Amino acid sequence: MADVEERVKGIVVERLGVEETEVTREARFKEDLGADSLDVVELVMELEDEFDLEISDEDAEKIVTVADVVDYIQAQQ
Amino acid sequence: MSFSLEGRTYVIMGVANKRSIAWAIAQSLSNAGARLVFTYAGERLGENVRKLADSLDRDDSLVLPCDISEDSAIDEAFKTIKEEVGVIHGLAHCIAFAKSEELEGEYMNTTREGFLLAQNISAYSLTAVAKVVKELDLMKEGGSFVTLTYLGGERAIKNYNVMGVAKASLDASVRYLASDLGQYNIRVNAISAGPLRTLSAKGIAGFNSILKEMEDKSPLRRPVTQEEIGDTALFLMSDLSRGITAEIIHVDGGYNTVGM
Repeated sequence: MADVEERVKGIVVERLGVEETEVTREARFKEDLGADSLDVVELVMELEDEFDLEISDEDAEKIVTVADVVDYIQAQQ
Repeated sequence: MSFSLEGRTYVIMGVANKRSIAWAIAQSLSNAGARLVFTYAGERLGENVRKLADSLDRDDSLVLPCDISEDSAIDEAFKTIKEEVGVIHGLAHCIAFAKSEELEGEYMNTTREGFLLAQNISAYSLTAVAKVVKELDLMKEGGSFVTLTYLGGERAIKNYNVMGVAKASLDASVRYLASDLGQYNIRVNAISAGPLRTLSAKGIAGFNSILKEMEDKSPLRRPVTQEEIGDTALFLMSDLSRGITAEIIHVDGGYNTVGM
């Protein structure tokens, strides 16, 4: 499932305008990648479109790191 | 009379990204031949807007900053617009903001500061812009203002809270501005869009369930699309709607008309 991780990283790089090397599994969106609350909402919407799924508000709130997103998507699929 | 907007210029305020209703309006107007001026708040959104404007197949679009919470910034932006394009024929006001923590739970917990913020950005901004447009005589050939409202201004909708109160204020502003500006052949209308997956909408708690309700209960049994709002704005900006002002047009698949 490396594919999911690559796709997620691609979206994060594009959305947040960060370097690919910064987007590690442990990277936190807000603290490490400089995302604000609007960035996070946009990111969630991009992910919903890319992976054709619905991320509830409760689940979205639990997403802190890149790994959280990858694990969440893999669990949904 | 036609839908054509060839030779006319329209200001679009409030594009945030490709999902924005403002962007759908821009595309509909551009397809009808309009020249567009985009305003944005904050450099973060500016970059998005410039990219989107560049994707239109015309190269005379203008993109400039306008912080609608500052009168001086509005003045400056519209003076620049006057210098660059001279006359405008319409303006789409697609701007709203409230604190996300006040878009859930009970309305009565709204703070004074949050209440005033929502009113300032989401409702007063239309009046502030209309005043400057009139003062600069930017719509001297007549014109059409279109703003975006929502059913939450007419009914109590769960979680919409302080934004609903701001939309009620916006709706009333539409009527009063229409009354002021009608004598100059300037019309003012609002589109009450059904729920759409935009950045603003996703800020409302439980948004996905609002969308589901719409699919189940609206007469058209489906959500509306960004393009449908864009095309309604095109109608309101065109001469075909010349007899319509002070109106709130629901583009919501009829949802506002059904009960249980």
